[in-house]
Amino acid sequence: MQKENFLWWSAVKAGLLGGVIAIFICLIGMAEVFSKRDVIEKVITLGQFVLLATIVGMGFIASRRTSGILGQNRPLHNLSSGLIAGLVTGLMLALFVLIGLQVNLRAVFLNATTPLYNILTFGKGAGNIWLLPVIGAVGGLSGAAFLLLPDVYRRPLTRGLIFVIFMAFFSGLFRVVMINQGPGMSAAAKSLFGQTGLTMGGALLFFFGIVALSMLWNYMGKGIQTRISGLPKRGQISLRVMAAILILYITLMLPSVSGAFISQVIVTVALFILMGLGLNITLGFAGLLDLGFVAFYAIGAYTVGLLTSYGPFGLQHVSFWVAVPIAVLVAMMSGAVLGLPVLGVRGDYLAIATLGFGEIVRLLAGSDFLAPYFGGPQGIIGIQKPCLGILGPFVRVDVPRVCNGIELGTPQTIYFVAIASALLIAFVAWRLRESRLGRAWMAIREDEDVAEALGVNLIQTKLLAYMLGAAFAGLGGAIFATLIGSIFATSMQLLVSINVVALIVVGGMGSIPGVIVGAIALIGLPELLREVSEFRFLIYGVTLIAMMLAKPEGLWPSQATKRELHHADAENVTAETLV
Amino acid sequence: MAPILTAQKVTKRFGGLVAVNSVDFEIPEKSIVSIIGPNGAGKTTFFNCITGFGRCDEGEIIFQGTPIHRLRADQIANLGIARTYQNIRLFADMTALENILVGQHHFLNSPWFSAVLGTPRVRKEEKNALAEAQRLLNFVGLKGQGDMLARNLPYGAQRRLEIARALASRPQLLLLDEPSAGMNPRESEDLTAFIRRLRDQLGITILLIEHHMRVVMGISESVTVLDYGEKIAEGTPAQIQSNPRVIEAYLGRGAATEGMASSHERHTNKSKSNQG
Repeated sequence: MQKENFLWWSAVKAGLLGGVIAIFICLIGMAEVFSKRDVIEKVITLGQFVLLATIVGMGFIASRRTSGILGQNRPLHNLSSGLIAGLVTGLMLALFVLIGLQVNLRAVFLNATTPLYNILTFGKGAGNIWLLPVIGAVGGLSGAAFLLLPDVYRRPLTRGLIFVIFMAFFSGLFRVVMINQGPGMSAAAKSLFGQTGLTMGGALLFFFGIVALSMLWNYMGKGIQTRISGLPKRGQISLRVMAAILILYITLMLPSVSGAFISQVIVTVALFILMGLGLNITLGFAGLLDLGFVAFYAIGAYTVGLLTSYGPFGLQHVSFWVAVPIAVLVAMMSGAVLGLPVLGVRGDYLAIATLGFGEIVRLLAGSDFLAPYFGGPQGIIGIQKPCLGILGPFVRVDVPRVCNGIELGTPQTIYFVAIASALLIAFVAWRLRESRLGRAWMAIREDEDVAEALGVNLIQTKLLAYMLGAAFAGLGGAIFATLIGSIFATSMQLLVSINVVALIVVGGMGSIPGVIVGAIALIGLPELLREVSEFRFLIYGVTLIAMMLAKPEGLWPSQATKRELHHADAENVTAETLV
Repeated sequence: MAPILTAQKVTKRFGGLVAVNSVDFEIPEKSIVSIIGPNGAGKTTFFNCITGFGRCDEGEIIFQGTPIHRLRADQIANLGIARTYQNIRLFADMTALENILVGQHHFLNSPWFSAVLGTPRVRKEEKNALAEAQRLLNFVGLKGQGDMLARNLPYGAQRRLEIARALASRPQLLLLDEPSAGMNPRESEDLTAFIRRLRDQLGITILLIEHHMRVVMGISESVTVLDYGEKIAEGTPAQIQSNPRVIEAYLGRGAATEGMASSHERHTNKSKSNQG
């Protein structure tokens, strides 16, 4: 009896939680804003989808909890608890609409508007309200049923759903890119992607395509893998070369195919990869948390600005290629300047000290006091674009030097500079990690005192970590300056530093591919989803929390961390079985 | 034999507590010397003074003619002193091989940029370092476990890996802090033989802190007894066993001063955790 009651209560609790989340989504205006986008045109809007996902998710959670209490093999209990959870969520939403239609909630909640109620009642007012609990119940039930599916079906279905949502998010983008490719592609694009989301046909195609592929891989994947590893060495190498050529080709063609906007997004991602690789050295390898990392980015950018600008604050008018190495060196020195005073500082204190450094640099750069040198709030403008060829002479302020050759002035061309730099720096970071210095960094991260007692010079090693990390970020800043053509102190916010820390954590601490994956996930995707930018940080925060709960080692962990966390799991398992 | 290490009037205080009080101490070259004493007697603190973990407040320590009591831990390590720890302190998330490679840190001296460029010299150096690390792994009986993460090794293997890591820095003086802690009699016998092998084959002078009297009496050429930070006895194992002050320190005051001893211990631990 006790158990039954408990079960009831846990299902209802999941439902109540779902209701709170759903109402929250409505009241912050997310439901309304998202309703302007479709997942599938004329079928389901993004707003409806988010609410539905809440319901289904709660059904899933309630069902999983039931399995936790009763064990497996109680499908009826699973289904009923999912049903209850979904029903409660639906009822709460219905109650919310009822109250909202009677009482004016707008005085407190700005987003409790008539359009919102229209969305929730499918445009038909209070008469349609019974639909909400019904949808809730069905949604909860399907969430619960999803859990009961065997893995063989669940995985492909999940992948299919995720892919459809992904395609729906970027449908506008794909549409534009494909339409630019010529009439054939254009027709295909129009049949797959609508103006605001996928077409029904497109959604079905993507869903079943991925499901089929995924199922096929389930059956054949192992065979293909063994066949590839069974190939003679020559064959494997040529396969790899082919893959490399393909990737290279895509990389080279991407900017001309995708246009300025996507190129700019990719450049931004590459710049964050540079910063991420830099911080990965100080934080990921050497374990020194730096929350003021944007300072080095700013220093790199300002150095290039001052050295190349033809605007009023340009000190010199050298070419980009001369300015960049200097910027990297200056950033490196500033890394030492930051590193020296905080050498003995550890842990939390280090985070605060470095935070201060970042803010000092930003405030100084934007201050009136230094405005004669750094332009203060007006920033530095007129930064010379990189030129492959010979630069003409400097004429006078506000007139760019003429480039006799190819000017890398657009995002599509700076793209190549950014990608090449990111690749180069990734290579350097990888070599460093495998070196004596890399091992010393990791030793410091693991146990500073023991490392010192083994002959590692802490001062030198830590300073090198700060300096090299700063150098990488400085390179990023230098490219940023030329990409934008101007720099303002206001773009060097603390938020940038936090983003870099977050992308390292999400990607996997100390892992070089992790930095790349993290930058794409945390910087690239939100850039592409400008429409939902109002809720960017909400989504960001939720994702981070979910990540830390579900996959604390990051998206692409370094080998060691992966093993470590798996080992912890193994330990838990043995501990449990022993109990 | 000439002493490899001489300590004169070494004193270390933690606030008002004198953890090591004016200890004079000598280790003859290529000998095996033990420090024993009740919990909280200041043995580990004394070790820390020698290895630069926490500098001593007074007195001087001279290693092969070089005063080392004002040097940093890494400088002391480079002179040829290595140590292990009472509670094993491996680099837990690095592999066994990497742990040993860190031990070789100061022999590899090509600068970082040549590592980035991958110059032939760096390659050769890394290759030799790896071979040396493998050799050390085999020497301590961990053959084939080089790719295991240190944290995943069993306890005994971790102890041996810690010794291998210390040996990697090619020390002339090796300090072992309770190497037989948590070992059964059979294992401590193996350890005794192993320590003797270190001295006989590699010519390393060994100083150890030990609680297992069987180990201490079996291998030490000389034993020093600390109690409340002071040296109360010194001599051959036989002399120590019959020394009345030692017997009193270990047995005589047992229950009456236990509270004091444990607070003493806590204090030492605290200072350790501050460093860690």
